[in-house]
Amino acid sequence: METAQKIAVPLIAVLLFLLAWEALVWVNDWPNYKMASPSDLPPAFWKFRWLFLEMGWQTLWRTVLGLGLAVVFGTLIGMLMGFSRIARDGLYPLLVGFNAIPKATLVPVISLIFIGQHDFNTVLMAFLISFFPIAVSVGIGLSTLEPEYRDILRSLGASRLTIFRKIALPKTLPEFFGALKVSVTLAFIGTNLVEIVAPHGRGLGALFKSGETNGDYPLMFAVLIALAALGILLYYAVLVLERIFAGWAERPQS
Amino acid sequence: MTHLIDIKGVTHAYRTKSGPLPVLDGLNIAVPHGEFAAVVGPSGCGKSTLTRLVAGLMKPDQGEVWLHGERVTSPRKTVGMAFQNPVLLEWRSILQNVILPLEIVAPRMPQAEREARARHLLDMVGLKGFEGKRPSELSGGMRQRASLCRAIVHKPDVLIMDEPFGALDNFTREDLWQTMRDLRAAEPFTCVLITHDLREAVFLGDQVFVLSGRPARTQMVLKVDLPADRKLDVLYQPRAQEMLHTLRDQIRIAQGRDGEVH
Repeated sequence: METAQKIAVPLIAVLLFLLAWEALVWVNDWPNYKMASPSDLPPAFWKFRWLFLEMGWQTLWRTVLGLGLAVVFGTLIGMLMGFSRIARDGLYPLLVGFNAIPKATLVPVISLIFIGQHDFNTVLMAFLISFFPIAVSVGIGLSTLEPEYRDILRSLGASRLTIFRKIALPKTLPEFFGALKVSVTLAFIGTNLVEIVAPHGRGLGALFKSGETNGDYPLMFAVLIALAALGILLYYAVLVLERIFAGWAERPQS
Repeated sequence: MTHLIDIKGVTHAYRTKSGPLPVLDGLNIAVPHGEFAAVVGPSGCGKSTLTRLVAGLMKPDQGEVWLHGERVTSPRKTVGMAFQNPVLLEWRSILQNVILPLEIVAPRMPQAEREARARHLLDMVGLKGFEGKRPSELSGGMRQRASLCRAIVHKPDVLIMDEPFGALDNFTREDLWQTMRDLRAAEPFTCVLITHDLREAVFLGDQVFVLSGRPARTQMVLKVDLPADRKLDVLYQPRAQEMLHTLRDQIRIAQGRDGEVH
């Protein structure tokens, strides 16, 4: 009963959303180049089904790889900031400044530096845009660890590494996953940014671009929906990981 | 007589923005093997600093801390600690929480042996049946019991407790005093208990050290001449009342309010 409800409620919400969208287009009698309606989408998906699969896969693996790099690098930076006051003072302005740069402006810069390396550029952008939340949350998680937690192991002569592994790391996991939920959508945006802006790109972003070039509006909307679907998929993948590794942080409901 | 814990003339100051803040001033505390030392004093008088010194987590500016005839300069495996906050790890079960020190101190001990030891202690403090629960599923008193088990699971010769029962309600606290007494009878260890509760100090302590206000020095040492196997009623008997009275007066002196009408 509970699981049925868990699946049915979001499903009905999506259906209602599609219905409202369809009604909006129908009532206003908009042509599909102004706004495609949901009923225009299945033919567009079907017509380009192989392209969708291929490009969707491109977008997916680049996003996941970029995010993976962001997790490794972000965690390392976060550890540095969490353990060393000097590193924290030194890195914060750099990180905040870097994060403030609109990433769209970096696309031409990166494209020029690594000319023609489309895969590399895309992964790089996904990484650049998504490591910041991870670094900050790991850093804060580690630096706000209550001293008693450290003391119970330190008084036994445990090494810093042991304390990190047994206490600091697991204790930071809930914050880490909170950040990862933000980062996963950011990485996705980074991937698509390069795919759309870079010439001769691949991936769903490039498919969107080709829809635009060819005046195929239903295709453009279909890409948007595909992007949303992929985004949801990735987000729930993170949620599942969180359940597995940080499920303890969820309070038992009484 | 040699003392298991010997704190000799320890002076310490913290460096703050507004200059050094002296917290301990020539402090002397000596605890014989197997004895229970309760340390009381006004708040902010440096009692917690004392626990960190004995645990070897910090070094004093002057003076020496000796454990077992060895000078303490760094953390040792033979110390157990318990705080007001039970600091249990939320991602571990109660049993796994109690085992934690063994993972550090006795990395080669078989898991089954560790678990047997932890189960035995949990049983003693009345947590049988809660081994598999998460800390968040337990009440405050139960969590503190688990925290006590963790502090002594590796058979430390010194147990250092910093107001371990401070956040509990009175009845739970009295229950835990008795648990503490029973644990000591079953598993002998030398103990330093920092507390604000004079009744707690008299019920559990063999000696009560009264510290002066900051910077703290040993203002008075009270020998608690009550039977080792104390019941709670002992606190309501004249001898204990007399000691509580003495301690109360000493605290008032430590607070610098000796002349006030009370």
